Amino acid sequence: MTARAARGIGLAGLLLAIALGLALGKPVLPLGLIRPPEWLVQPFADWINAAFYFLQNDLGLMALTRAFSGVVEWLLDVTANLLYGKSRWPNIGPIPWVVIAATAFMAGYALKGWRLAALSGGTFVWIALMGQWKWAMETLSVIVVATPFSVFLGLALGVLAWRSPRFERILNPILNVAQSLPHFAYMVPVVVFIGVGPKAGAIVTIIFSVPPMIRMTLLGLKKVPEEVIEAGKMAGTTRWQLLSRVRIPTARAEILIGVNQVIMQCLAMVVLASFIGMPGLGQKLLQLLQALKIGLSVEIGVTIVLLAITLDRLSKAWAFRLPEHGEPSAMWLRRNRLLVIWIGLCAVGFMLARFAPYFHEVERNQALSVAGPIDAAMDQLIRLIAPLTAWLRWFLITWVLIPMRDAYLWLPFTAVLTLLAALGWAVGGLRSALICVSYFALIALSGWWDRAMVTVYMVSISVLIAAAIGLPLGIWAARSPARAERTLLICDTAQTFPSFIYLIPVIMLFGVNDVAVVAAVVVFAAVPIVRYTIEGLCNVPSELVEAAEMSGATRRQTLWNVRLPMALPTMLVGANQSVMFSLFMVIIAAFIGTQDLGQEMQRALSSTDVGKGMVLGFAIAFMGLMTDHLITRWSEGRKRALGV
Amino acid sequence: MKSVSSILAGTAVLALLAPMALAEDSTDPIIIPLHNWSSQIVMSHVVGDVFASMGNAVEYVTTDSQAVYEAVRLGDVSLELEVWEGAFGASFDAAVAKGGIHAAGAHNAVTREDWWYPMWTKEACPGLPDWKALNDCAALFATPETGDKGRFLGGPVDWLKHDAEKVDALGMNFAVVNAGSAAAIWAELGAAEKTKTPIVVFNWTPNFAEAVWPGEFVEFPKWEPGCNEDPKVGMFPEKTYDCGNPATGYLKIAAWDGMKDKWPAAYATLTKVTLTNAQIAEMAKLVDIDGMEPEDAAKSWMDANPDVWKAWLN
Repeated sequence: MTARAARGIGLAGLLLAIALGLALGKPVLPLGLIRPPEWLVQPFADWINAAFYFLQNDLGLMALTRAFSGVVEWLLDVTANLLYGKSRWPNIGPIPWVVIAATAFMAGYALKGWRLAALSGGTFVWIALMGQWKWAMETLSVIVVATPFSVFLGLALGVLAWRSPRFERILNPILNVAQSLPHFAYMVPVVVFIGVGPKAGAIVTIIFSVPPMIRMTLLGLKKVPEEVIEAGKMAGTTRWQLLSRVRIPTARAEILIGVNQVIMQCLAMVVLASFIGMPGLGQKLLQLLQALKIGLSVEIGVTIVLLAITLDRLSKAWAFRLPEHGEPSAMWLRRNRLLVIWIGLCAVGFMLARFAPYFHEVERNQALSVAGPIDAAMDQLIRLIAPLTAWLRWFLITWVLIPMRDAYLWLPFTAVLTLLAALGWAVGGLRSALICVSYFALIALSGWWDRAMVTVYMVSISVLIAAAIGLPLGIWAARSPARAERTLLICDTAQTFPSFIYLIPVIMLFGVNDVAVVAAVVVFAAVPIVRYTIEGLCNVPSELVEAAEMSGATRRQTLWNVRLPMALPTMLVGANQSVMFSLFMVIIAAFIGTQDLGQEMQRALSSTDVGKGMVLGFAIAFMGLMTDHLITRWSEGRKRALGV
Repeated sequence: MKSVSSILAGTAVLALLAPMALAEDSTDPIIIPLHNWSSQIVMSHVVGDVFASMGNAVEYVTTDSQAVYEAVRLGDVSLELEVWEGAFGASFDAAVAKGGIHAAGAHNAVTREDWWYPMWTKEACPGLPDWKALNDCAALFATPETGDKGRFLGGPVDWLKHDAEKVDALGMNFAVVNAGSAAAIWAELGAAEKTKTPIVVFNWTPNFAEAVWPGEFVEFPKWEPGCNEDPKVGMFPEKTYDCGNPATGYLKIAAWDGMKDKWPAAYATLTKVTLTNAQIAEMAKLVDIDGMEPEDAAKSWMDANPDVWKAWLN
């Protein structure tokens, strides 16, 4: 074992030396080793476009997708009518906001009690009073259609994959890629096949949110204990009954976590889908940001966070609620007490709305607003820290970013590939080396090498800065449980807060340049690092810490020699997510102004160039997958070494 | 024959008296696209409200402002109220060439897009708006990323402006930095305003920005036909792009070819829609300065200018 490991390190060292040689010898290298030569670059985009053209026209897939989108559209019309009164069948909406708020309140109470009731009821009251009702309902009308579609599609595919190992083998790599494709890559084909508007928004949301549902269904079904199935068989179930009555209910917890993930993904898509015509909060947010209305945008951001947290807590409460078996002898009224109260509240709500329009919908001019103070505070902040940011901008650009960027672009592509091979070899031997090289070789073949390197440079500097901020913060927060809980709540909020809102303040602080991009990305990249550092440190077995303290270790020694090494595998999961989030955010940061893959992605979206959009999407996915592979392998190795 | 012409005359009279009676428009909603600048959104709501007052169903979708021409062509959306020559002329022409979309009218407005500065810049560089004076002040616009050159903040690359060529042709001591979106330009302007930092950016008219930040366009050598293609035309005989942008671009209205037959009355109204620079800037101002919602801004504009939109009805 040790001899093999030593040989592995030796080979990795050799590869590293070759990479160094290639980099240092750049002046004498033939051009073909510095950048992929013309003949090597493959027209992937044209191939994909041809394939899409074939699907769209010759296979008549267009008719199919338009038919599917017809069904989705019909459902959207129904929810749109109920929630915000769009003139469509059944023409009975809109439901007054008091009724919906009361329903949310009762749902929270029934699932978990007063605190959840206050959160979910309060969220809808906030939305109504802030005058965002119509926009929020436009968003919700899409989410309530997209979520069930994703759940059923995910459930069906998950069951299929569980049934047939061959299907699972095909599905797995597809899911891996799908989960690392940036949001925009999904949108271009949807525009071609479906068009623009709410239905396109709903469909892109469905596609984006299905993969976690499939994953969790599969995981849940695999975990069902053999005894439960035996018991089911003994009761004489058919195969369908065994699946629907035994397996799926037993896998309930995992499946419902999948549902929860679907909801979160849907809300993450809310803002981005407005680029292809999804109405609601996202669209409004973009309009307000365009006009630099930071305060009003923050109000909408808060609404999105509140909705996300409410739906998250509600679905989790539902997932972990054990089925209740009421006493059959009790009276109907007693058993359905909450239902009766809910009906009563709704009736009161409808009455109120009838007599006072305020309770039906709060008009914009009656709405409360906290935008004024937020704008004033923002203004003060910018004035106050302007000298600091000016210095920071100068320092980072002149001494860090431009040199680093130039270095990344200067490297011959062969040196980068060899370096990755060395890294792969050191972490996981030949297989990992091959995986790393092939991902990046494909990027080289696509002809987007320079832009990809700019993306890599921005992601690596952002993750470095995020780690420099996130690690100490996580260690600090992990010292007491109360502090940890509070910090985790902040993490949740920062993560669900729509990323677009960060873009305008960072431009105002740093201007249109890479510092602004990095600043926006760091916010997102730091969150998973903080989160997993806290979780890793808090879950170190207390016996170990006590043992270390008993043997006279100082707090610093305990941290460095016991707690951090034990927490490392968990922290690596955070690093992995951090890279993933950075990749997504760098793409979105194209709206600040970058010269990387994101900028090209934006262009592909506006010219509806499917092939180009997919190629760029894959290039980004490959970067994510390679990092994922390296970190997972390394973390597995660490876990084995620690014996956990 | 006589009876036919009298029927025709009768219909004509009827048409004049009651345009709605003639409107055998489809009951399907007319789909109006919205983009990310306020004048277009308000104008769309004004025209949408006019259609609604004629008994048509109207719906709005938000779309990308370049991709919209493909959507109009396919009939996914019905029309487009602001086709800017400089920004969307190429996309529009490409869609026209494919078929399915045509120009249904034009606004009585000129569009101009070029280098532009807010007024506080002029205090630091009094020779403006002349481009030579701007070039002499280049150091005022220097930033860390452009070194000792002045920075010109251009629009997104896909707007296909030839600013770098212009800098080169005129031998200016400037570097072009491209913002990723219009919002990025406004954010920089907003930040520069707080510290009164000199700044020169890409801007256009009609636009809300002229109401928020008073400013002027830089006066480059006047544009003449061929100046961008033919080196001989323009100031420097060996350079192309040695001139400013045309100061009088068109602002058209585009419609889906099928609109004429599906909603004839609404289409007839659409062909009469025409607005001036001042009216368009006023629409933008209601939203961007007065903080109204676009829907409310449309209503308020219609209340203030009834004779303008009523003229479109007959």
